[in-house]
Amino acid sequence: MGFYVAQLLTGLANASSLFLIACGLSIIFGVTRIVNFAHGSFYMVGAYLAYSIVALFPDSILGFWGGVIAAALIVGLLGLIVEMTILRRIYHAPELFQLVATFGVLLIIQDMTLAIWGAADKLGPRAPGLDSAVRIMGEPIPEYDLALILIGPAVLAGIWLVFHRTRWGVLVRAATQDREMVGALGVNQAWLFSAAFVLGAALAGLGGAIQIPREAVSLQMDLSVIGDAFVVVVIGGMGSVSGAFVAAVLISVLNAFAILVFPQISIVLPFVVMAVVLIVRPYGLFGKEGSGHGAPTEPEQPLRLLSSRATLVLMALVFALAASPVVVSDFASILLVDVMVATLFAVSLHFMMGLGGMVSFGHAAYFGVGAYGAAMASNYLGLPMMPAMIVGPLAAAAAALFFGWFCVRLSGVYLAMLTLAAAQILWGVTFQSQAYTGGDDGILGIWPAAWASSDQAYFYVAFVLCIGGIWFLRRVAHSPFGYGLRGIRDSDVRAEAIGMDVKFHQWMGFALAGTMAGVAGVVFAFSKGSVFPDVLGIAQSVDGLIMVLLGGIHALAGPILGAGVFVLIEDWVSRLDYWRFIFGMIILGVVLLAPDGVAGGVDRLLRALGLRREGQA
Amino acid sequence: MNVLEVRGLTKKFGGLVAVDDVSFDLGQGEFLALIGPNGAGKTTCFNMVNGYLRPDRGTVRLNGQDLIGVRPRKIVRMGVGRTFQITRTFLSMTVIENIQMALISHHRRIFDMLSRATRLYRDEAEALLRLVSMEDQAGRASSELAYGDLKRLELAVALAPDPTLLLMDEPTAGMAPSERVALMELTAKIVAERGVSVLFTEHDMDVVFAHAHRILVLNRGGLIAEGTGEEIRGNPLVQEVYLGGGTVFGQAEAGAESEADHA
Repeated sequence: MGFYVAQLLTGLANASSLFLIACGLSIIFGVTRIVNFAHGSFYMVGAYLAYSIVALFPDSILGFWGGVIAAALIVGLLGLIVEMTILRRIYHAPELFQLVATFGVLLIIQDMTLAIWGAADKLGPRAPGLDSAVRIMGEPIPEYDLALILIGPAVLAGIWLVFHRTRWGVLVRAATQDREMVGALGVNQAWLFSAAFVLGAALAGLGGAIQIPREAVSLQMDLSVIGDAFVVVVIGGMGSVSGAFVAAVLISVLNAFAILVFPQISIVLPFVVMAVVLIVRPYGLFGKEGSGHGAPTEPEQPLRLLSSRATLVLMALVFALAASPVVVSDFASILLVDVMVATLFAVSLHFMMGLGGMVSFGHAAYFGVGAYGAAMASNYLGLPMMPAMIVGPLAAAAAALFFGWFCVRLSGVYLAMLTLAAAQILWGVTFQSQAYTGGDDGILGIWPAAWASSDQAYFYVAFVLCIGGIWFLRRVAHSPFGYGLRGIRDSDVRAEAIGMDVKFHQWMGFALAGTMAGVAGVVFAFSKGSVFPDVLGIAQSVDGLIMVLLGGIHALAGPILGAGVFVLIEDWVSRLDYWRFIFGMIILGVVLLAPDGVAGGVDRLLRALGLRREGQA
Repeated sequence: MNVLEVRGLTKKFGGLVAVDDVSFDLGQGEFLALIGPNGAGKTTCFNMVNGYLRPDRGTVRLNGQDLIGVRPRKIVRMGVGRTFQITRTFLSMTVIENIQMALISHHRRIFDMLSRATRLYRDEAEALLRLVSMEDQAGRASSELAYGDLKRLELAVALAPDPTLLLMDEPTAGMAPSERVALMELTAKIVAERGVSVLFTEHDMDVVFAHAHRILVLNRGGLIAEGTGEEIRGNPLVQEVYLGGGTVFGQAEAGAESEADHA
């Protein structure tokens, strides 16, 4: 019995920090409708700051708690800087822009943290006065855990008071419900948004700061926490602080008990719970369908077939690519394979996201399943390359059909979150199924068939599959099926009214996009000779989003240009120190300065040169 | 034979009876208006006929087939076209593509992944555009259209599957008066030529009296009058509903008070 009480208390202690991060994220989302990837960074910076400040006052109770609070306040200030310099300019941009921009901020903060504190993990001090354990029902419970258990509800009560007893709090709640109305009432939104962002960031900083006696401070804290924080926010209902608390407790306590039965479950559990909750209650436990996201975006221009001159230019480029292995070095043709893989991945993501309006934060799942499917078929079933290359996409199709069925039942940010959950579940399963997937060690030795083993020969394998896949997706984009997806994105009501089965259509679109991502994954696996769990990870999904954004979401050519530019920039930048910082800056530059991406610029150029047909108007 | 037969249609939202025991018929080629003050239950009635809402009681039959519990998209396939109070079109497509999409879906080719959508059913789509006099705008992006043109486009989209029944929810809402007359004249002409039956709701009485063959008046969920324009104009109950502040049926004081509270 005592053991179970101890587990329960551990769960509750874990819940506190998770709640602090998640409620900050929820407040920010509620008011600004921004899904803030950089929230994990605030958490991480909070921990580093607390570590440094507390170290100035060793063994002082006041020094410890003062340091924790000072860290939270400084992170709040950091939040203010981020909000005023970057986010304020993109409140009316589509979700994707905001997401990618905050990911850029995450990269920048990560490298700045590295520059300041170095790469080694930091072990924080124990909290003075709370550094021993007390026995509860015979089990030792750290005193600090008991303090944490009190901090969560105390913060919740504080926020509740602010939200219900102050004018500012009432405005925050009002904005969460209907942002436009609050604006129409003459409330200074800029100020309201900044304040909400500062509060949210400070709470994340506090969440990180109070963790220092419990876990090592490291540069991986940002991404590792953000997944769980998203989950908690979504389960609780976006914008709901009490929902975040209930969800944090639910997840942490469930986790504390589930690991007793099945030790590997902790990575997957939050995402499974989220998937279940979203299916039963699409807006989370305490969430309501909020008001729309920002201003209506500008309607997209109709698709036009390429003019014959533009087709010729395109054909010439494809032939040049086909001929390139003869001319360029082996190294360059390997790089070109990377470009083609990335392009097919980006095109498949754009297919569901740009054409289908289904933003995915977890498209890497299907890329990764394709790669692992081929790798496992090749290594364990002993299949030759060609059959393995069929198994991979089939596995991706099966995964996309399975997860897509749930995902298309939701829309907007909730759909995006469910795709993220799906990807994290797959990542977790892959990471932990050591016996089948090799876990963290991955699967090595996936080599192409003998005839395709030279760099040149494999280039043509990749060329056929990737260029073929891209061509096929473009073809589908112009087909009734692709038009149907766009129609649903434009107006699902009208789509239903002309007799379309909206959910089924979206499901098929999701599955097709996933399958083609799987094809990219297969080509990737055989070109690298190995696969690791990263191929399913958040970073890989975000890479896809950046490629689509970089190229411009409103054009079919966008992801093609975006992927090319992305791989070339990455190839160049990743050799430099602090490449994340540079890359983050490039992302922010694109988001803030060229919101229609590279394709938007090229499109303007094509129109100017008369290579693209104008509308008749 | 009647195209549409509605019997005893009832819908409650919590304690509020939004539509109460409404019955009516719609004949072949008839242009039937459903009018009533705000909150009378017009839209609820409409949404039960087109399958978006499931009634608590009552039946809806289209050419003898029961529509209750049938999904909206199946009802479309059974020959019911609809236009919306706020136009719903595919804004990223051109005018003619919007119509082609309706035709593609009607001909069950929406899952075709290899044909070029813009090349399918082009002639049919052009004929529909001529019907609403928009052939010169075929290639324009529908997002650029003036509101009146969007309404006409929506009419052409609704007519694409050659429906036997057209449901029009406030077809002239948000339009300038001169445009309203033009749109309804066009609709009346098409109804006459194609033998389509139309059920529409409308706030503009000029439109209603000028074009409707028959008028149904709803108030507080109940059908209070039915007849030609002349009959409705002369009906004292209707006059009271429209001019007398919404208190009808000599309702209890409590009802009148709660109405006043809402005002």
